[in-house]
Amino acid sequence: MSGKIVTGLTPSQTVGPFFAYGLVSNGTYAWPDAFSHDLVTPDASGERIRVVGNVYDGDGAAIPDAMLEIWQADSQGRFNDPRDTRGGSNTSFKGFGRTGTSAQGGYGFETIKPGGVPGLDGKLQAPHILMAVFARGLLLHLYTRIYFDGEAANDTDAVLAQVPPDRRATLIARRDADGAYRFDIHLQGDNETVFFDV
Amino acid sequence: MTLVYPIEPHHAAHPKYLSPDYKSSIKRAPQKPLVIIRQTMSELTGPVYGHEAVRVGDNDLTTQHAAEPLGERIIVHGRVLDEDGRGVPHALLEVWQANACGRYIHVRDQHPAPLDPNFTGAGRTQTDADGRYKFVTIKPGAYPWGNHPNAWRSAHIHFSVFGHAFVSRLVTQMYFPGDPLFAFDPIFNAVPDEQARFRMVSSFDLEATQPEWALAYRFDIVLRGRDATPMETQA
Ligand SMILES: [Fe+2]
Repeated sequence: MSGKIVTGLTPSQTVGPFFAYGLVSNGTYAWPDAFSHDLVTPDASGERIRVVGNVYDGDGAAIPDAMLEIWQADSQGRFNDPRDTRGGSNTSFKGFGRTGTSAQGGYGFETIKPGGVPGLDGKLQAPHILMAVFARGLLLHLYTRIYFDGEAANDTDAVLAQVPPDRRATLIARRDADGAYRFDIHLQGDNETVFFDV
Repeated sequence: MTLVYPIEPHHAAHPKYLSPDYKSSIKRAPQKPLVIIRQTMSELTGPVYGHEAVRVGDNDLTTQHAAEPLGERIIVHGRVLDEDGRGVPHALLEVWQANACGRYIHVRDQHPAPLDPNFTGAGRTQTDADGRYKFVTIKPGAYPWGNHPNAWRSAHIHFSVFGHAFVSRLVTQMYFPGDPLFAFDPIFNAVPDEQARFRMVSSFDLEATQPEWALAYRFDIVLRGRDATPMETQA
């Protein structure tokens, strides 16, 4: 503890069970969505991908009232944010998406496979998408990362290297029979997804 | 301006994931330790919005339908700040809430209180250059929620806030001063630090009241992130 006065952060609270009409109304309520599960813009270059999965609780039951947000670079590894001081993205691809899980606990994002972005050591990180998980019962959202199966760069990624080897697989999305990248989220249990304190 | 996002103070303010008095946390709180990582460019950037996300009038929840909603009209305003107390400009805020009777329009809210055909309960706005925001709405009612016998939530407005970086993301709830339900609300009390807990309680703001029209409450929101420079003197 330094002598510095603890700052006055506003505490987090759960998103609760009733956020859908305000945050992910999907046309069900008289309120338009600000964000979408579909990040693809007409001018976005790169490989179109679909990321799908389910969100599960500690009993293995699918969670129908979770909200997922993703943040990612474009196909060339650039963020659509002026804080990316390398010049940022030159397309209208925003790199941010939001969706709620369905009654069956499933979700899907349509996006572009991100390029590598620099890590703290200056080397490129393996391609990844950041995800924030919100749900009734989660008093503070959880951060995780979606990596892609078959990427050679996964073996040298500095963040993955900090994850216990037996848990790394929870962060790797794998192609399913339909060609989508499957990324299930387990909040608890043997396959508990790795969440980051960042 | 370069902001840094120290991990430690972040923990002190927030609830523990497992807060057993809040039953829904028991099967949903992670049980394995979070993996501590340093922030990279991925975490330190965040979405930037065009004005297309917010339409004129989206910050007034009382004018979205043919007539005005029932209930006590209120102004909710304040600033979005970083940890050094500087306003966060152009931050996106989204709110959702129950109506004056404590009923949400959400299909799964089946509590026997009436819906208000003139109230959806959703709003959004962006802060101005100084980090200021303002909503007009009606005061939400308390509602029962089945967490334990005779469980009632303190009256609250849900807030979703974006700062400069993905790690400054915040979802919280704004409460009203003097609510007698505070002591019996496991979600409110999941914040272990009392001072932090009461930072979620708005303050009655007579000055911002509009005579003959609406009472006002002030709610300042502090997001993660502080100026990088002072940290260097601290080590
Ligand atoms: Fe609520």
